[in-house]
Amino acid sequence: MSTDLSAGSAPARVAFYNDPRIRSIGYQIALCAVIVVLVYGAVTNAIEHLQRAHIASGFGFWNNNAGFDIGQTLIEYSSQSSTYGRAFWVGLLNTLLVAGIGIVFATVLGFVIGISRLSKNWLLSKTAGGYVETIRNIPLLLQLLFWYNAVLKALPDMRDSIAVPGGAFLNNRGLFLPLPIFKTGFGAVEIALVVGVIGFIVFAIWARKRQEQTGRQAPVVSVSLALVIALPLAVLALERFPLGFEFPQAGRFNITGGIEVLPEFAALLFGLSIYTAAFIAEVVRAGILAVSSGQVEAAYSLGLRPRPTLRLIVVPQAMRVIIPPLTSQYLNLTKNSTLAVAIGYPDLVQVFTGTVLNQTGQAVEVVAITMLVYLTISLVTSLLMNIYNSRIALVER
Amino acid sequence: MKKFASILALAVIFAAQAASAQTLKTVKDRGSLNCGSNGTLAGFGLPDAQGNWTGLDVDLCRAIAAAIFDDPAKVKFVALTAKDRFTALQSGEVDLLARNTTWTSSRDTSLGLNFTGVNYYDGQGFIVRKALKVNSALELNGASVCVQQGTTTELNLADYFRANKMQVKTVTFATSSESVKAYDAGRCDAYTTDASGLYGERLRLANAADHIILPEIISKEPLGPAVRHGDDQWFDIVKWVHFAMIDAEELNITSKNISEMLKSDNPEIKRMVGTEGNFGEQLGLSKDWVVRIVKHVGNYGEVFERNVGQGSLLKIDRGLNRLWNKGGIQYAPPVR
Repeated sequence: MSTDLSAGSAPARVAFYNDPRIRSIGYQIALCAVIVVLVYGAVTNAIEHLQRAHIASGFGFWNNNAGFDIGQTLIEYSSQSSTYGRAFWVGLLNTLLVAGIGIVFATVLGFVIGISRLSKNWLLSKTAGGYVETIRNIPLLLQLLFWYNAVLKALPDMRDSIAVPGGAFLNNRGLFLPLPIFKTGFGAVEIALVVGVIGFIVFAIWARKRQEQTGRQAPVVSVSLALVIALPLAVLALERFPLGFEFPQAGRFNITGGIEVLPEFAALLFGLSIYTAAFIAEVVRAGILAVSSGQVEAAYSLGLRPRPTLRLIVVPQAMRVIIPPLTSQYLNLTKNSTLAVAIGYPDLVQVFTGTVLNQTGQAVEVVAITMLVYLTISLVTSLLMNIYNSRIALVER
Repeated sequence: MKKFASILALAVIFAAQAASAQTLKTVKDRGSLNCGSNGTLAGFGLPDAQGNWTGLDVDLCRAIAAAIFDDPAKVKFVALTAKDRFTALQSGEVDLLARNTTWTSSRDTSLGLNFTGVNYYDGQGFIVRKALKVNSALELNGASVCVQQGTTTELNLADYFRANKMQVKTVTFATSSESVKAYDAGRCDAYTTDASGLYGERLRLANAADHIILPEIISKEPLGPAVRHGDDQWFDIVKWVHFAMIDAEELNITSKNISEMLKSDNPEIKRMVGTEGNFGEQLGLSKDWVVRIVKHVGNYGEVFERNVGQGSLLKIDRGLNRLWNKGGIQYAPPVR
C-alpha cells in the first residue's frame, strides 16, 4: 500500500532524452552550435580567400587619407587632410540629417492627410484618398527621379537665379539662404531662451497639477508663447539686435556664402517625406477608426465639445494603435534614404559603400560596417518608439 | 547598387574558386569568355539597339575569344559600373576586366588583380559650356564639377584644384550617364573624365556644339585590362593577345592581307602567323592564334581607327597611342 502511494506521487520515470525540458535545451545548444560553425566557416573562408587572392583586408584603411571631395559636409572635411573614417562620419551625418527632417515632415503631412481622409468634407476626403492611392502605388525610386529631374529642370540657371526677398537665391544649383552670424551680446539672448523654456516646463507642470486638484484650467498656450518667444525677443531688442547675416553672393560660377541647400537633398527629402506620408496617413486613419464611436458619444454626453473630445478621448486611444506601425514607417524612411545614391546625394551609402569602397577595394569590411550602422540606427529608433509606446500604453489596474 | 555590392561581397566570402589557376580551362569548358566591360561609353564599350557590343575594350575581349575559340562571338559581355567593376572581377563573375580602367599602384597591389598592359594611353580633361567663356581649367576656381564615383578621376579632381589653390564643388554620381545628364541639365559648370570619354560623352549632350573640351590634361590615365591574381597562364594570354595586336600592326599584318601573310618569307611574320615555331602553343593556345585574332578582329591600328579614330564618330587623334616608331608610345615585346 505504502509503496503504491509513493510510486503514484513521484513523477513518472522517463529516459532523460525524452524529458521535454532537456530536449528543448539540447535543441537550442545544437542550433547555436550550427550558427557558430557557419559564422566561423564564413569568416575564416573569407579571410583565407582574401589572403590567397592578395586582396587587402582589415580596418587599417580607416585612418588613411581620403583624397576625394564630398558635396555636402556638416562637419569639417577636406580632401587634403581628412581620412576615410572622417568621410564615414560625413556620410552618416548626411543620412541622419535627411532621415531626421524627413521623419518630421512625413509625420506632420501624414497626420494631416490621415485626418483629412476622415473629414466629412467630400472634396477634402477624396483629395486625401487620391493622394494616398497615387503616392503609395508608385515606386519610390521613380518618385525620387521625378523630384530630382523636376527640381533641376524647373529651376533657372545660376545666372538667372530667382531672388527671394530677404537675400535668398533659388536656382538649379540649390537654395541659398542668409547665414545668421551671432555677435557678442547674443549670449544673453540664448540665456533668455533657456530661462524661457525652463519657466514654461515648470508652469506646465504646475498648471497640470492644479487642474488635477481643482479642475481649473490655466492659459498654458499664451504663457508658453510669452516665455519661449516674447522673452528672448525682448532681450534681443534690449541688446540692440546683436545679430548679423552673411548674405549669399553671386560669384563667377556659383553663389557663395550663406547656407546652401542642395537640390539633391531637397529632392530626396521631398521624395521620402511625401512617399512615407502616404503610409503614415493610412496608419493614422486606421488608428482613429479603431477608437469605438461609443467613446466619442460618451464624451459628448458628458458635455465635452468636439475639440477636447478629439484631444482627450480619441487621440490618446488612437496613439496606442498608431505607434507600432508608425515606428516601422520611420524605419522604412531611414532605410529608403539609401536610394540617395540614384540622385547623387552624399549619404552614407553613396560616400562610404560607394566611393570609399571603390577607392580602398575592401568590399567586405565596408559593406559590413554599413550594414551594422543601419542596424544600429533602426534599433535605436525602434527602442525610442518602444519607450514612448510603453508610456502611452493602456495601464491595466 | 548597394544590394549588388553586398551580393558581390558575399560572393567574395563564399567563392571557393576565386583564386583558382584554371581560368583558361574554365573558359574553354564554359564555351565562352565572360568579359567585364563598360556598357555606356561610346568607343570603348557600348551595346547598340540590337545588343551588338562595340568598342576598343570590347574588341580586346573579342580578340581573346578569337584566339581561344576561333570565334570572336563567343564572349558574354557584362556591363559594369566603375563602382562595381573590381568586385565583379574578384568574385569571378568575369574572367577579365576590360573597362577603360586606370592602372595605378594601389589597384595593382591591394585589389588582388594584375593589369596586363595599356591598350589606351589617356589623361583626364574637362568639358564646359562655350557660353561660360572659359579657356583653361585654371579658370575654374569656384566651379561645380560633375564626376563619376569610384574613379581615379574623382581623386585627380580634388588633387588638381588643391594643387592650384582653387575651390571646387564636386557633385558625385554613381554612373557616368547620371553625371552627364546632370551636367547637361546645368547642375554643374564642368564635367570631368578621361579625355577619350569626353569625346564619347559629348555625343550624348543635347547640343554637342555648345560645349568645348578644355586643353589641359591633368593626369596620366593608362587604361588597360586586368585579371585576377594567381593565374599566370591567363595573365600571359591576356597580355600577349594585346601585344600580338600591336606587333601585327607594326609588321603590317591586317585583317585584309592575312591570307597573303601566311605565305610570307619574312621570319618575323612567319613566327607571328605560326608558320614557324610554336609560340601560340607555349601560351596554351593554338599555333595560328595571331591569325585568328587578326582575321576576326584586326590589328591594334585597325581596332583603334574603327572604334575611336577616324573611322568612328569620335574622331580622336591617335596621339600617344601611335606605335613607338611612329611618334607614339605603344610598344610591344616581340613574339619569338
